[in-house]
Amino acid sequence: MAERPLSPHLSVYRMHRYTLLTSMLNRITGLALAAGLILLVYWLMAAAAGPGAYAQAESVLALWIFKAVFLVLLAVFSYHLCAGVRHLVWDTGRGLERAQSRVSAYVVLGASAVLFVGLACWWLVSRVLA
Amino acid sequence: MSLRTPLASVLGRGAAKEGVHHWWVQRLTAVALVPLGIWFVVSLLSLPSLGYSAVTAWMSQGWTAVLLILFVLTAARHSQLGVRVVVEDYVHGAGPKTALLVLVTYLHVIAAAAGVFAVLRVALGGAP
Repeated sequence: MAERPLSPHLSVYRMHRYTLLTSMLNRITGLALAAGLILLVYWLMAAAAGPGAYAQAESVLALWIFKAVFLVLLAVFSYHLCAGVRHLVWDTGRGLERAQSRVSAYVVLGASAVLFVGLACWWLVSRVLA
Repeated sequence: MSLRTPLASVLGRGAAKEGVHHWWVQRLTAVALVPLGIWFVVSLLSLPSLGYSAVTAWMSQGWTAVLLILFVLTAARHSQLGVRVVVEDYVHGAGPKTALLVLVTYLHVIAAAAGVFAVLRVALGGAP
């Protein structure tokens, strides 16, 4: 079979750092949230399995590594949410001009940082320090 | 002259409105996940404790159970579509790619089924 044409590779695009960063981050955070889904189901199944099983899951999730995982998931959730809304706006045909997308990239980075700091503080005050 | 019907010659070729199915479901679930995701994270953080009794009491409330089930199903579908694209982009070779896509799909179906089962079991009082 003849070699079929391939779509252009990354190297042909002139990517300003923010386009590359926001796009990559959206994928990476999406993958991390997929892993978070497994954690969510594990937690729900533990609750369904009764107090004994739940206590066991609680002691696993109380390990510092899972505290770090939860903090990362909060960050990842904040970013994927804001970046996702940016994509939904793009889907309406708005904000696609270069200058607009440049602004929205920084808006997404800023908004997700603010959201993350807010959620992380809430979590620290209500769970970790309480 | 072809004996194929006009319908048969276009089905599955994208122009029969199948081409946008992946895209459309991804957006449909994305829009739903904005409120569902915020609701879930806010609920998790505002629970008085993450102990067994607090969590199961919360899960047993009617609307919590319904929203949790919707969240698990919507997130699983959205995640499956997203991970699928990543696999399609970065895993080369028909064999490994197909195997991984099958695995990813099965894992998401299992996650969705387990999540729904767990919520229903707690909400309907079937948990031991």
